[in-house]
Amino acid sequence: MAGESAVAVRGLRKSYGKVEAVKGVAFEVRPGEVFGFLGPNGAGKTTTISMLCTLVNPTGGSATVAGYDVVRERDEVRRNIGLVFQDPTLDGYLSAEQNLRFHAELYGVPKSVVGDRIRQVMEMVALWDRKDAKVMTFSGGMKRRLEIARGLLHSPRVLFLDEPTVGLDPQTRAAIWGYINQLRLMEDITIFMTTHYMDEAEYCDRIAIIDHGEVVVIDSPEALKASVGKDRVQIHTDDDAKAIEALRERFGLEAAVREGAVTFAVASGEEFVPKLFAGLGMPIKSVSVSRPSLDDVFMSYTGSTIRDAEAENGNMAFMRAMARR
Amino acid sequence: MAADSAAISVRVPARGAGHDLRAIKIVLHREILRFVNDRTRMLSMLVQPVLWLFVMGTGLGSLVQGSIPGIDFRTFMYPGMISMTVIMTGMFSAGSIVWDREFGFLREMLVAPVSRGAIVVGKCLGGALVATAQGVIILAMAGLVGVPYSPGLMITLLAEMFLAAFTITAFGVMLAARMKNMQTFFGLVQMAVMPMIFLSGAMFPLANLPGWLHTLTVVNPMTYAVDPMRQAIFAHIETPPQVSAMLNPGVTWFGWQVPVLLEVGIVGALGLILLSVSIAQFRRAE
Repeated sequence: MAGESAVAVRGLRKSYGKVEAVKGVAFEVRPGEVFGFLGPNGAGKTTTISMLCTLVNPTGGSATVAGYDVVRERDEVRRNIGLVFQDPTLDGYLSAEQNLRFHAELYGVPKSVVGDRIRQVMEMVALWDRKDAKVMTFSGGMKRRLEIARGLLHSPRVLFLDEPTVGLDPQTRAAIWGYINQLRLMEDITIFMTTHYMDEAEYCDRIAIIDHGEVVVIDSPEALKASVGKDRVQIHTDDDAKAIEALRERFGLEAAVREGAVTFAVASGEEFVPKLFAGLGMPIKSVSVSRPSLDDVFMSYTGSTIRDAEAENGNMAFMRAMARR
Repeated sequence: MAADSAAISVRVPARGAGHDLRAIKIVLHREILRFVNDRTRMLSMLVQPVLWLFVMGTGLGSLVQGSIPGIDFRTFMYPGMISMTVIMTGMFSAGSIVWDREFGFLREMLVAPVSRGAIVVGKCLGGALVATAQGVIILAMAGLVGVPYSPGLMITLLAEMFLAAFTITAFGVMLAARMKNMQTFFGLVQMAVMPMIFLSGAMFPLANLPGWLHTLTVVNPMTYAVDPMRQAIFAHIETPPQVSAMLNPGVTWFGWQVPVLLEVGIVGALGLILLSVSIAQFRRAE
């Protein structure tokens, strides 16, 4: 299957009643890459991933995963994907190993390799020494690690991770990223993940920004940041309103107060700083210049910060949940 | 890393009968593991039948003793209590589907590349096996209520128990297929199971009932699970004919005595129908 896309999506749509959760998205994921779906909660990430995993039937459009159609060849898709959901799907009354054994049998992993493979994936997530403990005694992070191990057990070609690090402490998040990076070296696998953490999207080879059920842009994090082109400059002054006015009048720049500082975007910010001091006509207490982050990328493509978008989408997600009932 | 650094490659084979069989086995195996690991459940499922049998049975027995000479009333109640145990345990097993849905594990099963049929069949067989195991505990008490431990009788009762357990689990799975929470499910189970037990001849003999009550007992499927067990037991004990006629009248359709084989057939056929409805429900739920 060399050269073929790991995931290919064309005009995929999903409506719940009158609410359009996904409005015709299209993208391709190359074999072997880590592809991130970045967007606020309620943007349609989980709905899209559910359609790709054959859990939800699309309203329109088509998608193939590992070369198989997600509607017509559902079993083939299922055989070739691993899934880690946002919410745990483990049996707390069984031991960690029993949970994996259940999975191996359900997926028809050849009996001759089941034991070795279980050991290998559990060692990878550093849970082999806890194999006989009941899963209900595990912490949230351990459960997530076990789910990742389980998702890999049958050597899927595409691993879907839906918000794999949400609700975990920073240390566990780092560990999970460690496994994902290690995984890419060890196995021939494509990783498709959703996240609303900007710093995690940085780890992806390419990201698709999704907002209001549409893919806004797809590219590598570096290219996306370069496309914004401007650095972020933040200054502290005694009179922010006056500073904003001065920036507009003297430099033609639109500034706003963010995170307690007057913030604006300008090309090559470091060269701009001397001009700023010379020309603003009022004292500046401090200044900072930063390269564009994915936050800036998100803002430049969607017109709002991811946090603002989440607050706004909260209502929509609620409506969708009601429609699904 | 202790394991060799090269990944152990796994090629999942295309779906076949062998694969579905493995799926059935592991779903069944999980039911048994859950049962064996949960001793509290094992005990709590015993409390009700044992209370009925030894407390109610003894109390009622002293009241009716005069009219049923030569037999312990508890011997009469015994097959009913076996059925009760089996039904409650089977229902509980089926209810774990609702539990699995609430806790997400059902999703793990439903995204697997196996047929819905394999999952449902595994669940029903597992529930039936667990319920039969629970019934064996009641079976062990046979001597206490005057039922002989004859091998033929024990094997017959075991087989009939398993059949009843399978059918009731299939019924429970069918109910659980669409349920979203445990409270609703057990509310419904209470509503369905209590009348079924009362109207099955588990508690009182079905002879000489008023017409409306007789009709209800005849349409109650559980009647056909209890009666074969009672007939088997009465075939192995000595009772005066008039007492036997009163306590073990069998089931009659418009005066026709329904043979045991047909009764067993009804329970089995019902089980298969309920099983296919359950499978269809899970297919549709996707």
